[in-house]
Amino acid sequence: MEIKKRFWQILIGVIGLSLFFIIPISLIETGGEKPHDEETNHSETDKKFDATALIFDHIGDAYSWHLFTKNGKHVAVPLPIIVYSNITGLNVFLSSKLEHGHHHNGFYIAQEGEYEGKIVESSGNVHNNHGITTEITEQESHSEAAVTRPLDFSITKNVFEMFLSAFILLWIFISVGRSYKKRGVTSAPKGLQGFIEPIILFVRDDIARPNIGEHKYQKFMPYLLTVFFFIWVNNLMGLIPFFPFGSNVTGNIAVTLVLATFTMLITNFSGNKNYWKHIFATPGVPWPMRIIMAPVELIGVISKPFALMIRLFANITAGHIIILSLVSMIFIFKSIYIAPVSIAMGLFMSMLELLVAALQAYVFTLLSALFIGLAVEEEHH
Amino acid sequence: MTGTLAAIGAGIAVIGAGYGIGRIGGQAMDAMARQPEAASKIQTAMIIAAALIEGVALFAVVVALMK
Repeated sequence: MEIKKRFWQILIGVIGLSLFFIIPISLIETGGEKPHDEETNHSETDKKFDATALIFDHIGDAYSWHLFTKNGKHVAVPLPIIVYSNITGLNVFLSSKLEHGHHHNGFYIAQEGEYEGKIVESSGNVHNNHGITTEITEQESHSEAAVTRPLDFSITKNVFEMFLSAFILLWIFISVGRSYKKRGVTSAPKGLQGFIEPIILFVRDDIARPNIGEHKYQKFMPYLLTVFFFIWVNNLMGLIPFFPFGSNVTGNIAVTLVLATFTMLITNFSGNKNYWKHIFATPGVPWPMRIIMAPVELIGVISKPFALMIRLFANITAGHIIILSLVSMIFIFKSIYIAPVSIAMGLFMSMLELLVAALQAYVFTLLSALFIGLAVEEEHH
Repeated sequence: MTGTLAAIGAGIAVIGAGYGIGRIGGQAMDAMARQPEAASKIQTAMIIAAALIEGVALFAVVVALMK
């Protein structure tokens, strides 16, 4: 009976996880024709290796997932693009329709300008191609009407990766929760439960309880646990180089902005009278100082979560840039003898990045707990 | 030119971070040598302080990256 239940659990988990692998891989079309000017490519030397462009490509978000390039053909997993424009309404299509500057329904990926790399819509094109993908030369696209950016809800690399990490987190924690239900809280934990339980206790006893206080920490434990594991799992997934794990979620400043916003909202909505008194009328200082302190404290309300956002974003992005630069060194020097040095340093940096992944999750959670603790703290004389 | 200035700015920020974290590490070592029982607490506090200082230094790196 137990084996049957366990079998179904594992089956559901494996099928769900493999959807993230199999469905995208089955959509791969080896699009990307060989370069148009084959003759000139042979006659001149190779283009200079542009490390900066490569690095920013790798750490940035993209509409399709580029796997590798074989014989000049780009093998990429196309991801769905969901845009809502004011002119044509909701459009859902695969990003393979937009590669190489093709236009589809008036949408294309801008190659330069302020919207570089993002989907834009040129309003002059609509009457030409409803649902037809055409290749528009550069002159035509420059002379079109104003270029606007539609509402973009596409499943990009980062969104796909967040779905995957959400699935992994749900799988791990639902099965750990189930094993508590099965085994009870008094017997010794086994298996995955034995790995997760000390970490949860660590978050409770070393982060939540000391900072928020004995009586109030329970209300905030779900948020702190979620933030800790979400950041840790996403940092780790960004370090794995192969599909579907390589994308850089926590290095996307929009993601860290949302996490910091959650901390700010939770802190300020659970602030008690004491908290607001500390901000607007700091006790224990003469009244001229209070007038100066109030704006400073108000700025502090915004700047502390802002620092949280920047810290996580910059640490993870910097780590990825360093590893990518070390590997690019092989291509810059164009010599095989650099490879052992570069790979060894890259390995060392990757070890450090593993530490940073856990550490940044810990620091984010610790500081969130600290801010929440400051907000709910009772007055003490 | 702005690229070079940005790189120099990032370098100066890294000097600050290196000095700060180096001092923390050194004083943590001193404290651990004085009182080995408190070593794990000191180590935890050291890691936290190092992460905070690194956060500040990375502010500057982010600004440099913008250029």
